[in-house]
Amino acid sequence: MTAAVSIRTVSRLFHQFTALNEVSLEIAAGEFIVLLGPSGCGKTTLLSILGGFLLPSSGQVLIADKDMTFVPPARRPTTTMFQDYALFPHMCLRDNVGFGLRMRGMARAERYEKAFGFLDLVGLKASSAKKPHELSGGQRQRVALARALAVDPDVLLLDEPLGALDLKLRRQMQDELKAIQKRVGTTFVHVTHDQEEAMAIADRIVVMNAGRIEDVGAPAEIYMRPKSLFSAGFMGEVNFLDGKAIARDDDDVLVETPLGRLALPATAFTAGDARAGQKLSLVIRPEHFRGPAETAGSPGSLSLGEARITSSAFFGTHQRCHVAPVSSPSLSLVVHMPQTAQLADGVCVPLAVQAADIVALPAVTEA
Amino acid sequence: MLRHRLSTLLAVIYAAALFGFIFLPVAVLVLFSFQDGRLPVPPFNGFSLQWYEAIFADRKLMAALLNSLIVATASSAVACLLGFMAAYGFARYKLPGSVLQRGLLIAPMTVSYLIIALGLLTVLNTLGIGLSLWTVGIGHVVINLPLCFAIIYSSMGDHHVNIERAARDLGASDWKVMLLVTAPMLMPSILASFFLSVTFSWDEFIIAFLLSRFNVTLPVEIWSLLRSGLNPKTNAIGSVVFLASIALLAILELTLFRKKNTP
Amino acid sequence: MTTLSLENADRRKAWGFVAPALVWTVAFFVVPFLFMAAMSLWSRQGREIVRAWNLDNYLRFFGENALLKGLSNSLEITLTVTVLSVLLAYPLAWIIAERVPKRFQRTALILAILPFWTSYVVRSYSWLLVLTKNGVINQALLGIGIISEPLEIASTRTATVIGFVHFFVMLLTLTIYANLVQLSPNYRRAAADLGANGLQTFWHVILPLTLPGIMTGAFLTFVLCIGDYITPQILGGNNELVLPQIIMLQIGRRADLPMASALSIVLMLAVTLAYALCARWLKIDRV
Repeated sequence: MTAAVSIRTVSRLFHQFTALNEVSLEIAAGEFIVLLGPSGCGKTTLLSILGGFLLPSSGQVLIADKDMTFVPPARRPTTTMFQDYALFPHMCLRDNVGFGLRMRGMARAERYEKAFGFLDLVGLKASSAKKPHELSGGQRQRVALARALAVDPDVLLLDEPLGALDLKLRRQMQDELKAIQKRVGTTFVHVTHDQEEAMAIADRIVVMNAGRIEDVGAPAEIYMRPKSLFSAGFMGEVNFLDGKAIARDDDDVLVETPLGRLALPATAFTAGDARAGQKLSLVIRPEHFRGPAETAGSPGSLSLGEARITSSAFFGTHQRCHVAPVSSPSLSLVVHMPQTAQLADGVCVPLAVQAADIVALPAVTEA
Repeated sequence: MLRHRLSTLLAVIYAAALFGFIFLPVAVLVLFSFQDGRLPVPPFNGFSLQWYEAIFADRKLMAALLNSLIVATASSAVACLLGFMAAYGFARYKLPGSVLQRGLLIAPMTVSYLIIALGLLTVLNTLGIGLSLWTVGIGHVVINLPLCFAIIYSSMGDHHVNIERAARDLGASDWKVMLLVTAPMLMPSILASFFLSVTFSWDEFIIAFLLSRFNVTLPVEIWSLLRSGLNPKTNAIGSVVFLASIALLAILELTLFRKKNTP
Repeated sequence: MTTLSLENADRRKAWGFVAPALVWTVAFFVVPFLFMAAMSLWSRQGREIVRAWNLDNYLRFFGENALLKGLSNSLEITLTVTVLSVLLAYPLAWIIAERVPKRFQRTALILAILPFWTSYVVRSYSWLLVLTKNGVINQALLGIGIISEPLEIASTRTATVIGFVHFFVMLLTLTIYANLVQLSPNYRRAAADLGANGLQTFWHVILPLTLPGIMTGAFLTFVLCIGDYITPQILGGNNELVLPQIIMLQIGRRADLPMASALSIVLMLAVTLAYALCARWLKIDRV
């Protein structure tokens, strides 16, 4: 089963601290949503409110168009997969997975059959008589998933379920989680602070910071066209270049930067149009700088002048360089160069960027 | 909401009843230590400190109090030292049959004090060794050594090994490592086991009773006071011991353990 | 060769650390215990102890009703005390862990075990004050008019049980509380999330998870209770003797150390049996 979730101006205060500040979000049925953000950003608070473990200070939560704001966890069509899994250590896997069904009064035979089915789904049917402590971390994670799915929830809430696993296993479990979600069709709301994990599994990512939603969108959109400086910085390495909008030129906006005057298309302004005179931060990802070979006269390419390489390191897929633009030597930019480029410290290289790759956001004014 | 209120009410009533049960004897004990009269039972005739004067004037009682202090500190110090050394040996070196040896060290914990005392008594009797505070102390080390060993051994994690290695690497000898590095690192558990031992030894009756003769410890002296029946003097000495323990506990809580709570 | 000599040097050092404790335990615990076990097979004739090996003491124990009654009294009292203490302490530990706000829990717990710090002998004596014929309880009940004659509680088995339960309720509240708070709150949340109500959560999840703690506490209660002399002697009086009282009689009045030894061995067997029965829960695996 599956259902849509609607979060309407939900706030949550802990004493003086505002953990969630008027958060609104619409989640479609069957969607895989990832709440992404640093610790303390409010993502786990939001998940607890969805699960019914916390009450919002104000606002409303609807699941399948029914008001669930004050409904206790047991009577919500949600189940939670806890960070520490919370598998009952005194029960074998079959009883763990069948627990929710038992609470619903299902007869033993039927319950076991269903539990077997879900253990099969996560590839642990053969271990059904084992106790949780006999399993590896990845296996426990699977049992927790099976247990949460066994009661046929409309919405599955996952609280950093992969946090305790090592990197390699985490990548593998991401793929499995995604595959299982596709199979069962349940709405998944998944909390993590790992942006790579988020991009790997999400239909849509919700970037959160300081109790607010910063950005919502498909992984590529969040990465390429971030709508906030925080979102841009959190999703991966990025260069911020100070700028100032000076004039409109047809569809383009002229922006004054330390590296020269750049004409940016209106689409670069993801957070809305710029006024003349407004201070801006230009967001440029390291891989969007074009090397010497690619710059020559391609349409939409903006030249940023020459830059001197101050250090470089080989990263496998690319070379990561720190460069200081000749026109503004106090700046330091991070630039990805092709694997094969012959680079040496002190060498000057021309820098260029596709205008369409640049995102321009209002600068944070320090008031 | 109503159900929650009702269960809260039940919880309050239950807790109050049990706290009442727990505190009733202590309250009666302390109250009637101030009894102005010969019997520590109702009615309460009035407030008097005469029984406190009586116990501080009682030579035998004061001697027993001193004996108890001596036996408790000395036996706890020995138990702690032996326990710490054994814990260090087992945690840092591989010894053949160490599981069995550790089991042997813990074994006295599982045996009634009465049996430990009786065993020692049979041996001492047969060897013709006289009973004294020394024999009581030996018995108290036997019961406290397993405790000290277990507490210190369990706090001796692997994470300390590299710190010790670093010290050795910088030129400290084995004994210096133990004294200057290991012991200070384990100080919380060493102190905990020491104070626990002191309370156990201080309060222990049966070993002290069976293994002493003329010089006795406080519980044994109180025991002989009891032979004369109900007496406010017993209330007074009991209250003094209780209040002194609480004071010690409060001091420990405020100094020793406060630090641990606020890192 | 160098590694071997290094290992030997290490081993010598290790023995140096471990030996004092081991020697102490062997000399003052193992040897006396074995000696006592041996003595239980000897007998007393007049004021002399005769080293004639036989099972007379044990046979006498099983033949003499007064002695057997001591064991059954001990077992009955100990079991009653253990069960009552667990039943009374669990709700209190639960209330402290669940209903008392986090920052007051430590205080509540310290309060709950405060009377621990009275001397053990004095604690039994205080109960005597409370329960005696003209004590607080009787005078209060007479005052309200619930009873017309003072109740004879002191010097009965009831008094012994009350004195014991008082002590062990404090002990068990401590151990059960420690067990309850170290459970991840997510167990409870998970159970609620999967549709369990409060009672079901308690029965299927919390109780089984705290069972090892309960059993450890219960076993401790059993061991301390069955071996105690003070409480039954002060509160129970001489009406229904328990095993430790009988052992003390052998040591004192009759100077019969062989018989006392034999009875001690019986006492120890009872404890071992209790351990064997509890071992299943004491060692349960936990994640």
